[in-house]
Amino acid sequence: MPEILKIEDLKVHYGVINAIKGINIRVNAGEIVTLIGANGAGKSSTLNAIMNLVTSKKGKILYEGHDITKSSTADIVKSGIVLVPEGRRIFPNLTVQENLMIGSYGRNDKDGIKRDFDFVLSLFPRIKERLKQPGGTLSGGEQQMLAIGRALMGSPKILLMDEPSLGLAPLLVKMVFEVIKKIKDEGKTILLVEQNATMALANADYAYVLETGKIALEGSGKSLLAHEEVRKSYLGVK
Amino acid sequence: MDIGLNALIQNIFNSLSLGSLYALIAVGYTMVYGILRLINFAHGDIFMMGTYFAFYAITIFFLPWYLGFLVAILITGLLGFSIEKIAYRPLRNAPRISSLITAIGMSFFLESFAVVVFGGIPKSFNVYPKFFSDIILIGQSRIPLLTFITIGVTFFLFLILWWILYKTKIGLAMRAISVDIPTTSLMGANVNNVISMTFVLGSTFAAVAGILWAMKYPQVQPYMGFTPGLKAFIAAVIGGIGSIQGAIVGGFLLGFLEIMIVGFFPSLAGYRDVFAYVVLVIILMFRPTGIFKIYSEQKV
Ligand SMILES: Nc1ncnc2c1ncn2[C@@H]1O[C@H](COP(=O)(O)OP(=O)(O)OP(=O)(O)O)[C@@H](O)[C@H]1O
Ligand SMILES: [Mg+2]
Repeated sequence: MPEILKIEDLKVHYGVINAIKGINIRVNAGEIVTLIGANGAGKSSTLNAIMNLVTSKKGKILYEGHDITKSSTADIVKSGIVLVPEGRRIFPNLTVQENLMIGSYGRNDKDGIKRDFDFVLSLFPRIKERLKQPGGTLSGGEQQMLAIGRALMGSPKILLMDEPSLGLAPLLVKMVFEVIKKIKDEGKTILLVEQNATMALANADYAYVLETGKIALEGSGKSLLAHEEVRKSYLGVK
Repeated sequence: MDIGLNALIQNIFNSLSLGSLYALIAVGYTMVYGILRLINFAHGDIFMMGTYFAFYAITIFFLPWYLGFLVAILITGLLGFSIEKIAYRPLRNAPRISSLITAIGMSFFLESFAVVVFGGIPKSFNVYPKFFSDIILIGQSRIPLLTFITIGVTFFLFLILWWILYKTKIGLAMRAISVDIPTTSLMGANVNNVISMTFVLGSTFAAVAGILWAMKYPQVQPYMGFTPGLKAFIAAVIGGIGSIQGAIVGGFLLGFLEIMIVGFFPSLAGYRDVFAYVVLVIILMFRPTGIFKIYSEQKV
């Protein structure tokens, strides 16, 4: 399969802190690729670097063969890379509907926007019932669905997701992963950051393990699930 | 009709007119603060520049008054755009105190510029059509047409503002950006453009307020922005800085208090400019965030 996103020797630092110390990641079109790692390993930094939201980075980010390392965040979004940020980051003062609509800010194709809006509502019936209320009044789980829906409104070719299952009850975690599969079935590519390694690896075509800013391991989701070190460190198996 | 009622009607119109002006200026402070957490100290001077632009558009470039006003408003919008781009944008990620000092510096710069280029001597602002001063009788109260124009124009501008904020795409981004700048950029919005538009909007409102102010107290001078600017800022803080409804409510509240206190206690007239501070202290004692509270940045 052709690769849609390629990260070459990425380094990120915040002042004197080296958060990412030179990593290489490849994402094939149509696949679910996951990036797992402990707190502070540099998972969010990697996604933020792709979106050009970090102030200082080195290396190269190629998207569909084009160098987007220096593109503006807005242009990156318009080109088809959309991030569901860590902590959801719903706009609490905007209504649920406005939160969805602002996800399509960079688009002008009215018909496409309408289609995606309907798709998102079919994906999240709970959201549909709450279109008029402020985003800040939603429960944590509903906010996560809204954040995913909002990102889908940007018509991503590749969706970056930063710990979408964080803080959710088991049933909702299951639902989030079902949604991820449905998004994949729509032909979209997904780069998923997770601490819930079991679920992430079970659903991923390919996976990377990030340890203090470096890639420690990589392989297919299944092979890492079976990997002894991964089982010890990330899956809680003794 | 008795004199008391006439005086009351008179005072109500004066309050509405003064409150309109404070509210128009306060909206500019509050929008910029809402997005950048920056107190744009130069805002009162943008108001002043707007009146000079109108004055010269009509006296030197011989534009008819309505065109002169329009051109002045647009140029003031451009001035706000440039100030943000040149002075504030480079410091957006610097410590807040740096942009605050830059804002104070910008205020001094605009005042000095006005003194040097326009001259320090007040100029009579007799560039508006004479019928603006016509008196309209409400009962037996004599209200100048300008008062109605001021209130009407303000009402109209607030309608437009509401329309922009709640019915347009850029307005949606403005509301989003006021709680979370990075996430707004993740929506595909060009954050710089949204911030620029906010400055343009705030500055055009200041220009309109300036022109209305200059017709009410018909003169222009380089420091004319100081007191109205400061009071409008206080109005914004009273209303809850960052909140647009707050700035409007605060502006009218201040206008009413100032006019009514002087109206009913003429002996206090000399302390007129102090009222705003007294109200500020009292309100902040009971509601430290002002009347309306805004969403502050989400902490994750
Ligand atoms: N804005 C910042 N300023 C300074 N240091 C930062 C900043 N953001 C992240 N870091 C540091 O960079 C390192 C990597 O952080 P990052 O948020 O990428 O980790 P993460 O893998 O996403 O962790 P978590 O699972 O807790 O979200 C950490 O040591 C963190 O303290
Ligand atoms: Mg993280």
